Amino acid sequence: MTMGPENWHYAPAPESRDIANLKANYQMFVDGKFVDGAGEPLKTVNPATEEVLAEVSTASAADVDNAVKVARRAHDKVWGRMPGSERAKYLFRIARLVQERSRELAVLESLDNGKPIKESRDVDVPTAAAHFFYHAGWADKLGYAGFGPSPRSLGVAGQVIPWNFPLLMAAWKIAPALACGNTVVLKPAETTPLTALVLGEICQQAELPPGVVNILPGAGDVGSELVNHAGVDKVAFTGSTEVGKLIQRSLAGSGKKLTLELGGKAANIVFDDAPLDQAVEGIVNGIFFNQGHVCCAGSRLLVQESVAEELLEKLRQRVSTLRLGDPLDKNTDVGAINSKAQLDRIRELTESGDAEGADRWTSPCPVPDKGFFFAPTVFSGVQQSMRIAREEIFGPVLSVLTFRTPEEAVAKANNTPYGLSAGIWTEKGSRILWAAQRMRAGVVWSNTFNRFDPTAPFGGYQESGFGREGGRAGLEAYLDV
Amino acid sequence: MSDRVTVAKTYKLYIGGAFPRSESGRVYPVADSRGGFLANAAQASRKDAREAVAAARKAFPGWSGATAYNRGQVLYRVAELLEGRRAQFVHEVTASEGVKRAEAIVDAAIDRWVWYAGWTDKLAAVLGSSNPVAGPYFSFSTPEPTGVVAVLAPQHSSLLGLVSVLAPVIAAGNTCVVVSSQDRPLPAITLSEVLATSDVPGGVVNVLTGRTAELAPWLAAHADVNALDLTGAPDSTRTELEKAAAGTVKRVLRAPRTEPDWTREPDMARMRAVLETKTVWHPMGV
Repeated sequence: MTMGPENWHYAPAPESRDIANLKANYQMFVDGKFVDGAGEPLKTVNPATEEVLAEVSTASAADVDNAVKVARRAHDKVWGRMPGSERAKYLFRIARLVQERSRELAVLESLDNGKPIKESRDVDVPTAAAHFFYHAGWADKLGYAGFGPSPRSLGVAGQVIPWNFPLLMAAWKIAPALACGNTVVLKPAETTPLTALVLGEICQQAELPPGVVNILPGAGDVGSELVNHAGVDKVAFTGSTEVGKLIQRSLAGSGKKLTLELGGKAANIVFDDAPLDQAVEGIVNGIFFNQGHVCCAGSRLLVQESVAEELLEKLRQRVSTLRLGDPLDKNTDVGAINSKAQLDRIRELTESGDAEGADRWTSPCPVPDKGFFFAPTVFSGVQQSMRIAREEIFGPVLSVLTFRTPEEAVAKANNTPYGLSAGIWTEKGSRILWAAQRMRAGVVWSNTFNRFDPTAPFGGYQESGFGREGGRAGLEAYLDV
Repeated sequence: MSDRVTVAKTYKLYIGGAFPRSESGRVYPVADSRGGFLANAAQASRKDAREAVAAARKAFPGWSGATAYNRGQVLYRVAELLEGRRAQFVHEVTASEGVKRAEAIVDAAIDRWVWYAGWTDKLAAVLGSSNPVAGPYFSFSTPEPTGVVAVLAPQHSSLLGLVSVLAPVIAAGNTCVVVSSQDRPLPAITLSEVLATSDVPGGVVNVLTGRTAELAPWLAAHADVNALDLTGAPDSTRTELEKAAAGTVKRVLRAPRTEPDWTREPDMARMRAVLETKTVWHPMGV
């Protein structure tokens, strides 16, 4: 037997589940205390094993009403009046506590969400801490943000976040809201409530005044109660375009300030002069990071025809090496699909790809027999009219299309009602800037993909939503300007 | 009194740089502030609105791709030509609005173009940023126009109000479809003549006259419109228009119930409302 790489095997390197301090029961966080909600408790499941992780109490309509009132009082009496320099120190404390408890949060996130531990550990949790740290500094410098000398807070923010980056999305929402002097009622996703509730505990440990942050688990009905509550001044939603439209509609005439971060169908464009090995890494990161559960995922690969064959060959080879399985294993590249419902949607859409005549290639990686898993999949021969080229799959599925000229690449990339992100791969600087300018998308990654930073504004064009998160631009969403 | 019979003007729409009649063939009488007949204005239809959106979309790549310097000069040119037609606008505003101090209103409208002309090449510096990201990347953010904007112009202030909502939209690089004041549409059409001769490319501004409540729903629901300014929308229609706008996630610029004081110096809010932020990343390394 030779000792080539093909015979190397990884020994399992699992992170210990005990680090998550998983409890049997979790409660809502309201007015600085953990309390039972009057809603039907939900059971949150480990998508990698289908085991119930914990029972979580949920909010009723009356609980939402109470939380909004609590947040209003905290805004009017405490947080909205507090000097920015004092608000800042609470946010710095939260940032530090997230860093201190990062390992626990990472393991808990991987258990509840199914994402690989290397991602929760290296991306989700550190970036969440960074968001608190960044926005802490703004709290007493808002007069320098370009919205006038002393921009005012809006009041109570009702925030609804998705299941793909549970803690990180909570940080994206809470940090700027608090920095700008607002108080928050946040609803985490039904399938991933746990890390947001630990964040509630962190708010307690930071001695954040009661009522400034309130966290209400529940399903869409709780989110709907929250965003439509008359006492909410600002609504921030991250999730599907379908639900975003419903929210925008239901808020019509209410005067509430709204920001939406919705779906995407990003084009990742590879020109013939691109460094192909680098591009392959970027393509893999673009679509298989977080199992493709990323609104800005590079789900449409547009390759210049002359290098398409070569690139596809390299891509399949590279994707074959991705390790799919136990999210807690440090060697795992692709974890579990977050829910059965999402797995069903991915299957349904990929079946439409078969039916419409695209060529499916599936990674030969072993797939665990328990849990919700979907092997990395690449469709080639995709036409723009196919559902897999138009609809957001939100899974580890890449659709490959080709183009001949740069103009064609731009036209195809922009041929979507979405407009969240785009990727450009070429060695030619002038072509990068030319193409970046033409992308109708809020974030353009050139010779890289899926980079996030609290200093860099993030958000969509067109039906990918409006408003920005991060950077100076992101503050506007939480100020009365 | 001269014996000469004056040449009256036929007021038409302004679409794609041309002045067509409404395809519907409809007109409606426009009265002065005391109820006397001024002229017939074209009563635009749904089809006219769609034509206007198509013209605005077609003009978008050119206008949004023009240099900021160029856009600034074109907007300044509008002010120059407006100044040259000052007396005509004073006359029209007086007739439409019945105001005594129309000179001051026209002067303010001219100065507003100058104010916005100067913004075109400052927006990126003021609203954009170099982002100090925690990694070996160069990251920058820059404002970009959101696309085609439907503007429901103020109902009362037929010139200054109109300029105050129109200039920020095109200064930011958008193209637009403007529905003029319903009962005071004439200054808007005369302004179109100024735009048509000031190097504003055809289709960048399209002006419809007619019933705001009839035209607005089509624009609010149109999938090729990216943003909606509700300033001149009748109160009773605003909620429905916002709902229609949600169908394609439009940016909606809401408006106070009563028209603001248009003589006040504006701020950046109207431009921010029709600008996107684009963030671009590139790795750094040798």
